[in-house]
Amino acid sequence: MSGYNFAYLDEQTKRMIRRAILKAVAIPGHQVPFGAREMPLPYGWGTGGIQVTAAILGQDDVLKVIDQGADDTTNAVSIRRFFARTAGVATTTRTTKATVIQTRHRIPETPLRADQILVYQVPLPEPLAKLEPSRAETRQMHALAEYGLMHVKLYEDIARFGHIAISYDYPVMVNGRYLMSPSPIPAFDTPKMHRMPALQLFGAGREKRIYAVPPFTSVRPLDFDDHPFRLIRAPHPCALCGARDSYLDEVLTDDRGGRMFVCSDTDYCASRRDIAEAAGEAA
Amino acid sequence: MAYVAVKGGERAIDAAHDWLARERRGDPAIPALGIRQVEEQLGRAVDRVMAEGSCHDTGLAALAIKQAQGDLIEAAFLLRAYRTTLPRFASSLPVETAAMVIRRRISAIYKDLPGGQVLGPTYDYTHRLLDFSLAAERLDETEMRPPARPTDTGRRAMPRVMDLLDREGLMGAEQPGDAAPADLTREPLSFPAGRDVRLQALARGDEGFLLALGYSTQRGYGNTHPFVGEIRVGAVAVEIVPPELGFAIEIGRIDLTECEMVNQFGGSKTEPAQFTRGYGLCFGHAERKAMGMALVDRSMRASEFGEDVTAPAQDIEFVLSHSDNIEATGFVEHLKLPHYVDFQSELETIRRMRRTAGEDAAPEGEAP
Repeated sequence: MSGYNFAYLDEQTKRMIRRAILKAVAIPGHQVPFGAREMPLPYGWGTGGIQVTAAILGQDDVLKVIDQGADDTTNAVSIRRFFARTAGVATTTRTTKATVIQTRHRIPETPLRADQILVYQVPLPEPLAKLEPSRAETRQMHALAEYGLMHVKLYEDIARFGHIAISYDYPVMVNGRYLMSPSPIPAFDTPKMHRMPALQLFGAGREKRIYAVPPFTSVRPLDFDDHPFRLIRAPHPCALCGARDSYLDEVLTDDRGGRMFVCSDTDYCASRRDIAEAAGEAA
Repeated sequence: MAYVAVKGGERAIDAAHDWLARERRGDPAIPALGIRQVEEQLGRAVDRVMAEGSCHDTGLAALAIKQAQGDLIEAAFLLRAYRTTLPRFASSLPVETAAMVIRRRISAIYKDLPGGQVLGPTYDYTHRLLDFSLAAERLDETEMRPPARPTDTGRRAMPRVMDLLDREGLMGAEQPGDAAPADLTREPLSFPAGRDVRLQALARGDEGFLLALGYSTQRGYGNTHPFVGEIRVGAVAVEIVPPELGFAIEIGRIDLTECEMVNQFGGSKTEPAQFTRGYGLCFGHAERKAMGMALVDRSMRASEFGEDVTAPAQDIEFVLSHSDNIEATGFVEHLKLPHYVDFQSELETIRRMRRTAGEDAAPEGEAP
């Protein structure tokens, strides 16, 4: 696009963001403040992820953007178009073909490789925010690794409900040191972060924070020995591809209680159906 | 009904943009609004967009207002997103508001003072009656009238009221700082935030937010006993020192509204009783905003003067984290984006909780 630099941001700003990313990689799970810029998309709509992607994107990269696991949700379309327009990079919907994947609220079902980078859009990077609103306070709690408050919250859940009642944005310990928000991914996705071969970067534009999980780093959901972390998933197979291992969206089909469950990861679902179709034809 | 995978987001977006463009234009039989018309006749809207968009350019602000169908927060967002791409070629010297070319200047604490009271163009004493003559699509009466403005007002010497109080030693001394002021458009906000950062955040802050917070201090949530020491509105020169010249040159003029509130301070063991200052400054003619800002600025100085921090307006982190309407509107409105993944896991969790509750409630011996 004429009048703008490659991937929208000027090189000075990109350098500033890359420095923040490097620091974040060096201290896994630690939130690094950065001078987030106003983007032509609204705060809360992925400006942090967009800035991180803009800073790491090269001309040969292949970009995939998902929202709720799907490539065709309107905001994913809008962000993908933004980079197609400002950087002219190739885009894809195939998880395996992408070098950079920007995501909101999901981790793809297909395991990621070491030559891929996963960029998360983060609304509230502070995992302690719901327990302590002051960022001056939470910063100190992180510095002292003082996470008792969160353990108490989990304990109270168990005392009240018999189990931990956090279903998304499940707090995790990174590298055994920092408590981190995995962004509002479902708790179902949390285990995929553990020792993932791909670099995981997190951008929070409005809150002006970047953090990272380097490849093959330990990411453990907080839990107790007698109340271990449990996956939450609708107990059904996908109605389209039959998968029993994928995260499902619940879709209402009528106003009389009719519903069906389908893969939230559209690429995973389509690939499985393609394979099944090919096998059917071959048979 | 069969399930149809949601496709065609791309086509939907294009169609929505197209619809929006037609709606923005309105009835094509009505002449399109000119940018110059907005600039000249909707000046207060232009001023608000410049202040909250933190970019002084009446033409661009007017364009943003037209493009946003008069949605001023949307317009400020357009201006912000544009300003962030502009290169910075210099930092200006501090502007001298004592040398302002005055259009309006009032003080509520002195009946008369050097330079006098200048009422200027104000709605303050208008009767709020709809003027149906403006609805008639012919030349306004006002267009015929000769200008009412006395020609010498702007040139008269008008020392700042605060400086007069200062001379008597009644005004708490401000800490002069040599360091370059912080810039939260380049460096992220961190706490505790200095007064320079606070004032910058308030100057870009939402008018409604500052109005409400300032109002809350008057109603007892952190009272500061304020008086309007002075409000002045007018044009000031902006100067820079280009490194190749080594001396200051004027690069233009901007319109500003400045408000200085005088607030009580009872004194302490070490300091005598004196007045303290709340400061408001913003682009254009925006007295409501400047006054709200001055009230909130003084409230946030509570701990500086050894006052208890109990009210929202005194809580620096609370005020600064929520004053920016571009951030606020983005995050509030992002709730429109799909959240069905998270909602689905909430559904599963709540179903499980209800099952467990049902088991607990079931009488002993019965199958759950």
